Amino acid sequence: MNTLKERADLVAEEAKKLNKGVYNDADSSKIITARRELQAESCKLATLEDAIKKSGLKDGMTISFHHHFRGGDKVVNLVVDKLAEMGYKDLHLAASSLSDVHKPLIEHIRNGVITRISTSGLRGELANEISHGLMAEPVIFRSHGGRGSAIASGDLHIDVAFLGASSCDPLGNACGYSRSENAKSICGSLGYALPDARYADKVVIVTDDLVPYPNTPNSISEHDVDYVVEVESVGDSSKISSGAIRDSKNPRDILLAQQAAKVIINSGYFKDGFSIQTGTGGASLAAVKYIRNSMIEQGIKASFALGGITAHMVKLHEEGLIERLIDVQSFDKVAAMSLRDDMMHKEVAAYEYAAADEPGSAVHYLDIVILSALEADVNFNVNVLVGSDGIIRGAIGGHPDTAADSALSIIVCPLLRGRIPCVVDEVTTHITPGSTVDVIVTEYGIAVNPRRPELVERLRNAGLEVVDIHSLKDKALSIIGEPEPIPFGDKVVGVVMNRDGSVMDVIRNVND
Amino acid sequence: MERLRRTMMFVPGNNPGMMADAHIYGPDSIMLDLEDSVTMAEKDTARLLVYNALKSVNYGDTEMVVRINPLNTPYGKKDIEAVVKAGVHVIRMPKTETAEEVVEVEREIERVEKEIGCLGRTKIMAAIESTLGVVNAYAIATASSRMMGIALGAEDYCANLKAQRTPGGDELRLARETIVVAARAAGIDALDTVYSNLNDMETFRQEVEYIHRLGFDGKSIINPRQIEVVNEVFAPTEKAIEKARTIIAAIKEAEKKGSGVIAVNGKMVDRPVVIRAQRTIDLAIASGILTPEELA
Repeated sequence: MNTLKERADLVAEEAKKLNKGVYNDADSSKIITARRELQAESCKLATLEDAIKKSGLKDGMTISFHHHFRGGDKVVNLVVDKLAEMGYKDLHLAASSLSDVHKPLIEHIRNGVITRISTSGLRGELANEISHGLMAEPVIFRSHGGRGSAIASGDLHIDVAFLGASSCDPLGNACGYSRSENAKSICGSLGYALPDARYADKVVIVTDDLVPYPNTPNSISEHDVDYVVEVESVGDSSKISSGAIRDSKNPRDILLAQQAAKVIINSGYFKDGFSIQTGTGGASLAAVKYIRNSMIEQGIKASFALGGITAHMVKLHEEGLIERLIDVQSFDKVAAMSLRDDMMHKEVAAYEYAAADEPGSAVHYLDIVILSALEADVNFNVNVLVGSDGIIRGAIGGHPDTAADSALSIIVCPLLRGRIPCVVDEVTTHITPGSTVDVIVTEYGIAVNPRRPELVERLRNAGLEVVDIHSLKDKALSIIGEPEPIPFGDKVVGVVMNRDGSVMDVIRNVND
Repeated sequence: MERLRRTMMFVPGNNPGMMADAHIYGPDSIMLDLEDSVTMAEKDTARLLVYNALKSVNYGDTEMVVRINPLNTPYGKKDIEAVVKAGVHVIRMPKTETAEEVVEVEREIERVEKEIGCLGRTKIMAAIESTLGVVNAYAIATASSRMMGIALGAEDYCANLKAQRTPGGDELRLARETIVVAARAAGIDALDTVYSNLNDMETFRQEVEYIHRLGFDGKSIINPRQIEVVNEVFAPTEKAIEKARTIIAAIKEAEKKGSGVIAVNGKMVDRPVVIRAQRTIDLAIASGILTPEELA
């Protein structure tokens, strides 16, 4: 029994028990092509049309996209144009968000190519048309954390994900940046695309920089990718991200920022090892500057900054004031480059960032968040989605996720935007519940949620003037007067989902 | 508390957005401008806007000033009529060279005030923007009992002087010192000229420190971002506040005893010292260093 031949019967016997075949050497062959050449023959490489055909996409299915290319995105329009050309109908478009640049979808909706939409936000002409009743089915709005949860739980099942990438190798290892000389676009983190990559039935990477294997360290793994499509351009770089730190010179932003910074510094949460997230509005960014000064003066360092990472945060990290950056979305080129080059700057998927049902999601360990608002009301509810004219003009983003899970949520919002009052009796659309909003900073005063009496005391002790939220609303009314009610119709054009999967509110159509 | 005039913020009279919320930044005075920042074509609309802003915006405790066009233009009289009727606190005269000009403006103000029955409500301040104006500074400062202050306008003054503006401001030294001395002699306020480079806050701070040392009450500013710097420079030191509090406490003590003579640490305290102490306390409160409760 010392030779292979002598053991053959035993091998066959064991194989039978395991319900397996017996290895046959004649079946194996060795590929001797040089590997750089072999890559070019990767079975995953396809044209867009072939990838769509091979993906098994059928009418009525769900396709998905991410919005990391922001206003420069070309992927959504490119893919949906192709789907229309190929005769697809009745598709559900589930994007992490949509913006002005997706105006061509209007025609695809009219022609029945797209019949349902799920997104975090809508802007521009598409939003305007939908607000006026373009679609038969209401748009489903989810927060970023809510979308991550919905995809992971199967509530939002994706059949085919079309994910733009700034670089990808022929096997599907993809990044939001490129290390090659041919780099055309850079968006940094692909955090909102990672749930799609992991859970969609089929994943198509669309890239404008096909690089040799291995495109590591990678963001999306080849393991999750079925097809790789090379295109001329995934996005207009100038509209994807700006190159430099934006410093607001708007005096109102600066005033709001100074007040927000004072709230933070005196909140009781400003101590060594704290964590923070800020938005990208002028006031939020400027607040970081003032907090930085106090961090240096008081010798305080943050353990991490979360969320949309900006050049401001990268600067603080490089100065040693913030130990780690956790990045679901890089807001500018500086942040994107830092993500590429810095080990302590980590990309996270939307569910690791903000899912309510993921115990380890970063928002659970967030001390302070600064957020903006279109409107806040006397019960501290906040609306970031629908304008005071009833037209959808924003995105839920991570607003309700971070407000709910942070220890201290601060809304920075001017009391008046031109003739629009931003502190009102009741928000037009209920997005972030007042129970999760702690402080509202306006240019006419700071209001603290009555649920947080200890905050009122700390801020007053620090010499800050805390006002009743009703007095802010009254102030706005006294300046502007009572606005006319919005001419809403009876058709539901949008449904706002809470991050826990329940329904928060509906958006009705607007009649002109 | 005597009114502080650390910052007088210029706001163009043709910009309703800026006029609507200028007070939220906390300048001591706001100067709505009908003169240089408004083109000829917009003089009438700006006047109407400024009138309505004064009537309808709640500026709180902020002192409201309007810079009018000179009386020798077709707009000056109309400007006075509109803003006096709107209840402006102070009319600022541009390019003032003689006491007679002040008297002329006062006459116009009186005429309107009589018409609406509020005689004596409107104060006057004069911007001195020429060599003749500097020479006549004291006469201008004392030309009317309505005078609340005089201010330097450096650009026109320098052109008139045939000098160039320099970062150190040597060319303005005589004008600045003359204006402070004239204002003090007349018992009114002295305000310094604007600094227009918003990207150089460091030089701005040095200039504010300099005019603070010269004795000015405040500075004309063109942007809310400049307010913080001016207030920081004008904030009294801990030591000065302590000293002022001792003096004020001694006065209260003396008043209680009915004693006319005040002594602190064995030294006599006379009236100017008391005035300066009170001003230090006022500044400390305005700067947020002291609260009125702490004084009680």
